[in-house]
Amino acid sequence: MIWNREFETMSRRQLTLLQTKRLQSLVRKAYTNNPFYRGKMDATGVKPTHIKHISDIVKLPFITKTEMRDVYPYGLLSCHVDNIVEIHTSSGTTGKPVVDAYTKKDIDIWSEVMARTLAMGDTTAKDRVQNAYGYGLFTGGLGVHYGARRIGAMVIPISGGNTKRQLQLMRDFGTTALACTPSYSLYLAEAGKEENVDFSKLPLRSGFFGAEPWSENMRKEIEEKLHLKAIDIYGLTEIIGPGVASECERQDLLHVFEDHFYPEVIDPQTGMPLPDGEKGELVFTTLTKEGTPVIRYRTRDITYLDRTKCRCGRTSVRMHRILGRTDDMLIIRGVNVFPSQIEEVLLRMEGLEPHYLLLVERRDNLDYLEVQVEVSDAVFSDEIKNLERRETQIEKELHEALLIHAKVKLVEPKTIARSEGKAKRIIDKRVI
Amino acid sequence: MNIQQISVFLENKPGRLANVALVLKDNKINIRALTIADTSDFGILRMIVSKPEQANDVLKKAGFTVKLNTVIAVEIDDREGIFYDMMNLCDKNGLNIEYTYSFVEQYSNKAILFLRFENGDKALEVFKKNGYKLLTDEEVRKI
Repeated sequence: MIWNREFETMSRRQLTLLQTKRLQSLVRKAYTNNPFYRGKMDATGVKPTHIKHISDIVKLPFITKTEMRDVYPYGLLSCHVDNIVEIHTSSGTTGKPVVDAYTKKDIDIWSEVMARTLAMGDTTAKDRVQNAYGYGLFTGGLGVHYGARRIGAMVIPISGGNTKRQLQLMRDFGTTALACTPSYSLYLAEAGKEENVDFSKLPLRSGFFGAEPWSENMRKEIEEKLHLKAIDIYGLTEIIGPGVASECERQDLLHVFEDHFYPEVIDPQTGMPLPDGEKGELVFTTLTKEGTPVIRYRTRDITYLDRTKCRCGRTSVRMHRILGRTDDMLIIRGVNVFPSQIEEVLLRMEGLEPHYLLLVERRDNLDYLEVQVEVSDAVFSDEIKNLERRETQIEKELHEALLIHAKVKLVEPKTIARSEGKAKRIIDKRVI
Repeated sequence: MNIQQISVFLENKPGRLANVALVLKDNKINIRALTIADTSDFGILRMIVSKPEQANDVLKKAGFTVKLNTVIAVEIDDREGIFYDMMNLCDKNGLNIEYTYSFVEQYSNKAILFLRFENGDKALEVFKKNGYKLLTDEEVRKI
């Protein structure tokens, strides 16, 4: 079902006009109200008046995650702080996450794009949406929540984890739509089998899965086991959260809600725009965001764009599911983890060497992260309890920085390769 | 009367013990007693050796994480009930044992118990007062 026919099926000519108008307004406001953006634009010599057409977007400087962190907490704010009604952040190290500040209108737009997303999987006011994304600072939970509320569906705001309860509520309330990470949906399916849940007899019919990479094989497995239609959804905290792009009922590439989030694909080396169909780094500009607008954010996600018309009737540009990353970011249980975050934690702990190895595995559809740390003379004790205390202490610090549990394993010194390359520090054994 | 003990960190991987043993063999260091404490991930090998300082140096050079520390060595009769007597004594005096291991002498009816206490000095005092024979470093190495 198309939620917003006017904007989702707009002609390309009209859409270009709208995008142009919105970009002009965005740039003008950012330049006037935000010293950070003004500084960036002045440094490259571009003025708001130079933006005559949406294609002039290439004249504007990029913004990176590091820059966003550097201006924590309010550097991206482009309206008065009193107009902010909600805050979300990415997971960050040493208290420096990326901040997403929403005005009332931003929440309104978020609800709109999430309603579009849920409608793509045929969610209506009659549906019961079990929302197993985490509620809180993480954008997943509340994003889905707002979209379902906008549609008028019933929300079961169970948040993440607590698998037995998930299955219980699914049966008791007759859940028709499930929202969670794809790997967790498979975990639910397995757990349900053990509890003798017959998914074919449940009214489940659609699932909205995102926050981590998955594949066609996983889709097949999820659809077979849970007896629902699995929709791939995409979003990122830096832009708004979920609701940036989503597959429609045809499950053929993800429609980008480009009237709000303008996508570009660039060559990650040169920064030059690439033609449609060519793989490169995805870049987003928030055309309508008031609180913390983002101009040309380099996502580090690799994909390509397709402007051919989808048979569903929507006219928006589509992107392929994420094909990889230009950096070493890992997504573990739906949470973004950078090896540099782990390094930072180890370095600030006394007596630890910065030599580590990350081992990521998927067991029974759940991700596990093991951090191997070398035992230095300073750390070593001839008593087991002291070494175990050390492991627990590192695990606690890592949990605080990463927001996920990592198992720490002490290994003998000099057994971790001293290579400068990042590849050797990460062993990702997951088959997706 | 503390006895030098050498501890080595070991990962739970095949071949790791053999590597330690080879280093000791190459340096003609004899092992008097040993014990391994382990978790699912790693182990700690504790040894009383003929030349502890040299063992410390050569194992470090070979890349192991090694530590020298001290334990108490008590010579006891090799008979039933003696271990209970000792543990009872420790209990009564509030001595907390971190770990202990032992070996039996081949040509006598004696056994040697190595103990590591939370409070080693107090333990020494208690044992002395109760007439236990504490061995010196030299005596242990000569056995």
